[in-house]
Amino acid sequence: MTRAASRRALALHLAVLALLFALQFVLPAYHHASLARILVLAAFAVGYNLLMGYTGLLSLGHAMFFAAGLYGAGLTVHHLGFGVPSGFLAGCVAAFLLALAIGAIALRTTGVFFMIVTLMFAQAGFLTALYFNEITRGDEGFVLAAAARVLDIGGQPVALSEPNLRYNLALAIFAACLLVSLVVVRSSFGRTLVAVRENEERTRLLGYNTFLYKLAALALSGAMSGAAGAAYALLFGYVGATFAAIQYSIFPLLWVLLGGVGTTLGPLIGTVLMFYLVDVSSEYTTAYMIVVGAALVLLVMWFPRGILGTVRQRWAPWLP
Amino acid sequence: MSLLATQGLSRRYGGLSAVDGVDFALDAGEIRTLIGPNGAGKTTLVGMICGRIPASAGRIAFEGADITDLAAWHRVSRGIAYTFQITSVFTRLSCFDNVVLAVQRSRSWARRSLWPGHEAEIAADVMAALERVGLAGRRDTTAGMLSYGHQRLLEVAIGLALRPKLLILDEPTQGLAEDEIVDFCKLVRQIAREATVLLIEHNMAVVMELAARITVMDRGRILAEGTPAEIRADERVRTAYLGT
Repeated sequence: MTRAASRRALALHLAVLALLFALQFVLPAYHHASLARILVLAAFAVGYNLLMGYTGLLSLGHAMFFAAGLYGAGLTVHHLGFGVPSGFLAGCVAAFLLALAIGAIALRTTGVFFMIVTLMFAQAGFLTALYFNEITRGDEGFVLAAAARVLDIGGQPVALSEPNLRYNLALAIFAACLLVSLVVVRSSFGRTLVAVRENEERTRLLGYNTFLYKLAALALSGAMSGAAGAAYALLFGYVGATFAAIQYSIFPLLWVLLGGVGTTLGPLIGTVLMFYLVDVSSEYTTAYMIVVGAALVLLVMWFPRGILGTVRQRWAPWLP
Repeated sequence: MSLLATQGLSRRYGGLSAVDGVDFALDAGEIRTLIGPNGAGKTTLVGMICGRIPASAGRIAFEGADITDLAAWHRVSRGIAYTFQITSVFTRLSCFDNVVLAVQRSRSWARRSLWPGHEAEIAADVMAALERVGLAGRRDTTAGMLSYGHQRLLEVAIGLALRPKLLILDEPTQGLAEDEIVDFCKLVRQIAREATVLLIEHNMAVVMELAARITVMDRGRILAEGTPAEIRADERVRTAYLGT
């Protein structure tokens, strides 16, 4: 990438973050709250995209990393009395370690077998959450007490449920994930990941230990998904096994496909659109998943590369 | 001491011996061509040397060290580079991005990520490799859009950018036009000043032009080895390969 293109890309990303920051002052309360939730989920999608979009590994089990973050934060705060920052950190570390362990096993497979193995591990994770019902409260889940969800800002305790703080923390998590993904994508490490995606054997014969690169990508992707999960637990105060179930493995896949596989900003666009597609259509019908399905069929037919993928192909080849 | 030596190197696929007990040695600095009819085991032999194909039996030594059990990526860092018979550049990446992967690999992590001016240095190395094969003007062209001959040259540029001690070229002139072949031979001679070149080749004009020594394979074994004149005079080679 040339210098000019890379400056333009950085400017675009900062402009998007600035826009998201400004939106909190104009959005009505309902959308303000929705967008905070979307930003956390979009961070999850950004993590997923690093693995799927840039490394070419399609995981069907990312719910386990999101849930590892969710439970890592939720359980430590709920049962062990961790504070908010240490709970968040516990969630990230839990997801990171889980991703390393799963990767060491699942990355021995490729393609459709990798999808199946990750799917199986995620199901095992979901069942584990149900099995330890006494600690996790299973499907029903548990609510994190408001008293535990307090952040100390300059000696002043502020509740995480306070909308403005919540919005800005969600934005901070998303911004960190987005910028890390931008840096990774443009680094020599990211170039190697793309090479693995394009032709793994060739990459190996260029002297790269491709297994280690894939493991690093999976660990980073898992850690980001875990950070999103931990933030979700702490900001919205609810921890339940639904988040470990299969639909939370499928959602990030759909968000990324919709927004544009292998584009840094695609996951955000995909998450926003899908969230509102579900939101709006569920006002009119309980069968809102049909609307979502139809939208996806149209997308695959007309925009197989997703929204930003198509934009990049037709108009803006400099998009990272 | 030879740069590369194999001992009893074999590869079996089920009951079929693709390569059967080959003892093969290369001296540093030479240009060697490997010839033989289709199915003689040439690609399998070099595949085992670069680590793409695991050996069924036998040993491989490179610069005196046993590399038989080293992974392919590890052998590259020892100095063995392989360019594919079937062109396998990254077709969706630009020429520049193809070569940059090789350049950054030939540097340590610190020198490709932290070193002041590393980006400019890496870019200069990429351009130098592209210039040597005459593709500097196409740095931003997507590799898949190049003609077949240019894709072959890009393969060579990638190989060069790895700064190998041994460069293995698998049928590099296949699909090239006459004038491209002439340029290609010049290029190989230049490369040979810095690296040992092992070349699988079917074009006999190229073989006779380039090689100081020729190794002939047939049915998984080495049939003959010698100077071009010796090989041309060899009766067994004539019956097996060159035809009468």
